[in-house]
Amino acid sequence: MKSFRGFVLKEFLHIFRDRRTAAILFGMPMLQLLLFGYAIRNEISEVKLGICDLSHDQATRAITSKLLSSGTFSAKRNLRSPEEIGPAFASGEMNEAVVFEPGFAARLQRDGFCDLQVITDGSDPNVSRIITGYTASVIQDYLGEQYAPFSAPGVVPVPVMLFNPALRSVYLFVPGLMALILMLVSALMTSISITREKEIGTMEVLLVSSLRPTEIILGKVAPYMLLAFINVLTVLALAFMVFGVPCRGSLPLLILESLLFILTALSLGIFISTITASQQAAMMISLGGLLLPTILLSGFIFPVASMPLPLQVFSNIIPAKWYLIIVRAIMLKGADFSYLWQETLVLVLMTVLLMAASIRKFSERLQ
Amino acid sequence: MADAVIHTENLTRKFGAFTAVDAISFSIGRGEIFGFLGANGAGKTTAMKMLTGLLRPTSGSASVAGFDVRSEPEKIKQNIGYMSQRFSLYEDLSPKENIRFWGGIYGLDRKTLREKSARLLEALDLQEAADTRLSSLPLGWKQKLAFSVAQLHEPKIVFLDEPTGGVDPVTRRRFWDMIYETADNGITVFVTTHYMDEAEYCDRISIMVDGRMAAIGTPDALKDEFGVSSIDDLFIRLVRPTPIE
Repeated sequence: MKSFRGFVLKEFLHIFRDRRTAAILFGMPMLQLLLFGYAIRNEISEVKLGICDLSHDQATRAITSKLLSSGTFSAKRNLRSPEEIGPAFASGEMNEAVVFEPGFAARLQRDGFCDLQVITDGSDPNVSRIITGYTASVIQDYLGEQYAPFSAPGVVPVPVMLFNPALRSVYLFVPGLMALILMLVSALMTSISITREKEIGTMEVLLVSSLRPTEIILGKVAPYMLLAFINVLTVLALAFMVFGVPCRGSLPLLILESLLFILTALSLGIFISTITASQQAAMMISLGGLLLPTILLSGFIFPVASMPLPLQVFSNIIPAKWYLIIVRAIMLKGADFSYLWQETLVLVLMTVLLMAASIRKFSERLQ
Repeated sequence: MADAVIHTENLTRKFGAFTAVDAISFSIGRGEIFGFLGANGAGKTTAMKMLTGLLRPTSGSASVAGFDVRSEPEKIKQNIGYMSQRFSLYEDLSPKENIRFWGGIYGLDRKTLREKSARLLEALDLQEAADTRLSSLPLGWKQKLAFSVAQLHEPKIVFLDEPTGGVDPVTRRRFWDMIYETADNGITVFVTTHYMDEAEYCDRISIMVDGRMAAIGTPDALKDEFGVSSIDDLFIRLVRPTPIE
């Protein structure tokens, strides 16, 4: 036990002595959270709008001012003719153009409908889709105010976004980010630190010493477990304080599930280190084999449901996918364990399998 | 040999159909410096792993420090020191921290450890560098420190796996002075090397070829027996039994 404590202490010395390791462990989580929270957003905050008003009546002026006062749009240009639209997009000074046909208000009065053209920059489809939606809803709003009492009966959809009414993307990123950081700290760092001992030859000596293999592994893993856990708390606290991301469900449950995911990631890290001999190989496998799928295929950024079938099937073996479902459910939907036991079970099974495989691999080498 | 510290009888290890170590038998006495020679892949590492309790023999028997390698590998581990070619210390820790860490691993209590640490740093003339990172020390010092660290727990046998790889002849000679000192204190030194001049420094040597022990004895006796003038010639003759001419 005493030698075990010394082992853990030494591991901490390694971490704090190596500036790069320390920076990855402590700087990365905060940096990533702030980056994802501030810089990478799905919301569009400023749409540079060009208005081509060929009618100049009270209806077009009302719609224009409603668009501009919504806060999302800023008037960039008044275009005199549709010919000016193309060059303005090409130069990048506009994201969207709205064209009112001549005699807009009069036609609306007379026929009950009229044409309004919304032109967006299709080279960025996501942004285009979102701002087209915004524009349409502003115009719907206007029409509703003006004509609703007199219009014919019809179906008016009233959308309600549960759990995240403002559709804030930081709500989406925080759970994904937790998965990413835990993967990074637990799997990448442990696999590197174990293979480093192999590389510098100290692993041989440790094995020849009277420490048991399990003690060696536990000693290597314990510090990273602690650090990963501290990272979970930091990210949760930052997300709450800086971005107001709530935890609607049980915080203890969230923490327990996070500990389970840390264990899964650690066993992955141990497994990687049993199949590789060098730090470089361990890093390549961890980065290519773990981080990329965690970012791309777990549902962190791209929804799993919209992937092609083979990728959807593949995503099931990515631990982060299951953790993400759990965290989103607890934090945003306030779900309790009765909804999450299946996902939890998947993580438990993965951990057990990886541990068993590592132990087998490890003792194979010694037999 | 009556007071044999290492004793093997037909020690064999197979990996599938391949026999890495083929029925080797030998005894090594207390305080003896035993050179364990052989070309790469001759089975040295496998034999050493069995003797240090890391690998179980397929057949045959071996006892190290009085304990059986099959049934008591943990006891063996408490009685041996081990130093690998890559000298097995942590570069990002200071000499003092390395001593404290490995002493702790070997189960020394704090008081003994503090005394030993002070004595060791003094003996190695490392007091001034005691708190600087190992990475800034010359290789020769690191090796000496590693050798001393491997003996912190006063083992009966020290296993040295190519301990002098990559150092200059003067530093090597000094390292061997330390080995002699250790042997004089009654500790058995089991050393592998690729330097044939070092083989001449050993009390006895053995040469492994294809998993078998092709020769064992004192360097002089072996030279007489095979009619060669140096261990170098002997090695080449055994490893490549049919001369090209």
